[in-house]
Amino acid sequence: MATLNSRVPGGPLAQKWERHQFELKLVNPANKRHHSVIVVGTGLAGASAAATLAELGYNVLSFCLQDSPRRAHSIAAQGGINAAKNYQNDGDSVFRLFYDTIKGGDYRSREANVHRLAEISSNIIDQCVAQGVPFAREYGGTLTNRSFGGAQVSRTFYARGQTGQQLLLGAYSALMRQVAAGRVQLFPRSEMLEPVIVDGHMRGIVTRNLCSGEMQSWAADAVVLATGGYGNVFFLSTNAKASNVTATWRAHRRGAFFANPCFTQIHPTCIPVSGDFQSKLTLMSESLRNDGRVWVPTTAGDGRTPDQIPEAERDYYLERRYPGFGNLVPRDVASRAAKAVCDDGLGVGSAGRSVYLDFVEAIKRDGLDVIRQKYGNLFQMYEEITNEDPYKTPMRIYPAVHYTMGGLWVDYDLMSNLPGLFVLGEANFSDHGANRLGASALMQGLADGYFVIPYTLGGYLAGTRLGEVTTEHPAFAEAEAAASERIDSLLAVRGKRTVDDFHRELGLLLWDHCGMARNASGLTQALERVRQIREEFWQNVTVLGTPGEFNQVLERAGRVADFMEFAETMTRDALERDESCGGHFREEHQTGEGEARRDDDNFAHVAAWEFTGVGQDPVLHKEPLVFENVSLSQRSYK
Amino acid sequence: MSAGSQAEAAVSTERRASGMTFTLEIWRQRNADDPGRMVAYEATRVSPDMSFLEMLDLLNEELMRKGEEPFAFDSDCREGICGMCGLVINGVAHGPGTGTTTCQLYMRLFKNGSRIRVEPWRARAFPVVRDLVVDRSAFDRIIQAGGYTSVNTGSAPDANATLISQARAEEAMDSAACIGCGACVASCKNASAMLFVAAKVKHLGVLPQGQPERRQRGVTMLETMQEEGFGNCTNEYECEAVCPKEISTSNIAFLNREYIRNLVSLSSLRPLVTSE
Repeated sequence: MATLNSRVPGGPLAQKWERHQFELKLVNPANKRHHSVIVVGTGLAGASAAATLAELGYNVLSFCLQDSPRRAHSIAAQGGINAAKNYQNDGDSVFRLFYDTIKGGDYRSREANVHRLAEISSNIIDQCVAQGVPFAREYGGTLTNRSFGGAQVSRTFYARGQTGQQLLLGAYSALMRQVAAGRVQLFPRSEMLEPVIVDGHMRGIVTRNLCSGEMQSWAADAVVLATGGYGNVFFLSTNAKASNVTATWRAHRRGAFFANPCFTQIHPTCIPVSGDFQSKLTLMSESLRNDGRVWVPTTAGDGRTPDQIPEAERDYYLERRYPGFGNLVPRDVASRAAKAVCDDGLGVGSAGRSVYLDFVEAIKRDGLDVIRQKYGNLFQMYEEITNEDPYKTPMRIYPAVHYTMGGLWVDYDLMSNLPGLFVLGEANFSDHGANRLGASALMQGLADGYFVIPYTLGGYLAGTRLGEVTTEHPAFAEAEAAASERIDSLLAVRGKRTVDDFHRELGLLLWDHCGMARNASGLTQALERVRQIREEFWQNVTVLGTPGEFNQVLERAGRVADFMEFAETMTRDALERDESCGGHFREEHQTGEGEARRDDDNFAHVAAWEFTGVGQDPVLHKEPLVFENVSLSQRSYK
Repeated sequence: MSAGSQAEAAVSTERRASGMTFTLEIWRQRNADDPGRMVAYEATRVSPDMSFLEMLDLLNEELMRKGEEPFAFDSDCREGICGMCGLVINGVAHGPGTGTTTCQLYMRLFKNGSRIRVEPWRARAFPVVRDLVVDRSAFDRIIQAGGYTSVNTGSAPDANATLISQARAEEAMDSAACIGCGACVASCKNASAMLFVAAKVKHLGVLPQGQPERRQRGVTMLETMQEEGFGNCTNEYECEAVCPKEISTSNIAFLNREYIRNLVSLSSLRPLVTSE
């Protein structure tokens, strides 16, 4: 049986990375061009990795399923990117960023990885500025910062409400420069359907060309997956429509362990669901909570418009429950509190599933102009979608699935348990524990791609004897056949229900039982139900058209089929983790005041699942989490 | 519930149940070799709160239930930032909204019962892949021709080493906001990508980081634009009118100045205007 070795280097925490960089073997510069590396995904992690590896001289093949690498979903990140620059002289440091991230993740992440992330954070800002990323600046010309997501220091760098877009376009431009230099071959509208393993090492992938439908094999010395998270398993999420679990799930099916799949982040400030037709949910930046006050009426079923409800009949429940942090409590806490008041019948809106985010007082205090300057674009977006003017009537918000902390298990080198398979960004599990702090996703994606993988991948290639493998190897033919067979089976069902119809049903089930609050009985029911939905899917789904052409329904069907399998492992993980931590709230484990109660004696570990077959119980492997530099405490935001 | 809001809820439930109805004329084209044609469909039970793409989703779902193949269209983030979606609606790129992408259009903007024509971006440089989906990889090749700063990972100085005034950073950001959707090309009678090129040239051209390669950038990117089959700018301003990020044609003025200045200093490069 495979064992999990995190390969965390020895020595004091602050010296581990430097020491490890020295210990990693180097590839001779003249030899780099003889090594091919496949990078799947072109978001922050994938684009930065592909560009940087190409700069070093490797021969890079870059794949994405959008029509251009610039459209990866990192582009939609609004708020900002953290870095321990301490430009504001307000007490920030590498150790403080490390500590905040470990604590925010409710002590379910690996110390050494998180510390490295905090160390690297400053270099990322330097690199992005050199690329021409137009971060916000002070009048004197220095970079400006804001405090974000409840942090007590100002360490978040931003470019209006489009930080993800600007960082991604920076990485994309670096990637395009390498394409022009002939060191990166680009394959847009290509979807990875199978990994290819030869002699125990990851040696290539099979892709489907989404325009022609052609199956294609690609051989390399290593494969890097930077394919994002699995939030769309819930159908409705803030993820882009094409975001999916397929690449990581296909790798999982071939032996890569899936870690902590139950750790999903539900973001508190999203525009509520308004009808059955809805195709996705829209996030409103968390920064709104800096000035907006969250409330609901004190009486259930109060049908009055918000301006008719007097102060005395409003419950500002976050300020009441958390006087210390008020409306700025971490995402998981704010989301659960909103669910709790709605469950008590206090929610507002036609379906009673939303709460008010009110700016009246901020407008009175700071003036309309100040609020317009800070949030104008968000208010405008809100009005476009809901047809309500948030300057006059409070916004209505409700939590939505936003980010997934779980992902493929990786060691300190970001390599999975399958040698030669590296996993970066949201696709891996490594840095955010059970809850991610705001403005940390962009930081991790770029840290992994610009500054970690160039070293660790080189160390792997220099230290591993790899034979010559081409796509003539029978493992490629086998993988191509498996991928084609799956597509043929989807087309052969010829049932009555559409792919989206199944996806919605699966999503609603998971939202109800494996969403913001979970319990053993609900999870057990959900496990059973997921199997039934999956069975019906394979008997009654309708997928029209042919495999050998541009066929969007076929693409979606394949992704939903993988979500159907993944959902079971996610639910199983949530059931197995019999404690509450971060975004994973088991109703059985809460304090008297309704806060998450961890069980460090039994669950201070990473749960890494091994695939054994569809519908069969996966095998659980545990990587114990050892904390030598922080003491585990109950998070308190009172 | 108060009487007022009850009545309001009843109206909205009724409106949702019966819904709005539209006749859609949609461009169908199986692949690049197929000549293509407009096909009419009825969209019923459309809620005014639906986005335009959700209305298309609904219609596609109905087609599939009837065993008819759905039409293809691109979209991804559905919040107006990825640049993946793009339809010409009643002859206007991204439809009747101002400063919005197709995915951010809501059906309440359309008159109940009206006919709506839906077509793909039309330009020689954007060949149709299928139905409403086009190939915009020419934009990537334009960026490859100089839309970057040549700085390898690891070689950057401290981020505050160079001071950049707030006004200058904001000016750069106004141009950098381009999402590369291609509406500027689709709306231009010459199918010019000048606004797209100009936005990148200005974004990097006003920042100190972009100075070392400033002389070549405008020329090589414009040359590539022409090689890809885009036309030239004749000051119609259609691009600015449809741009979802409201990028100003003053970027094109900046590009023209750059181009003339740089062409003089780079006279070894072949002339930009080539006859076919």
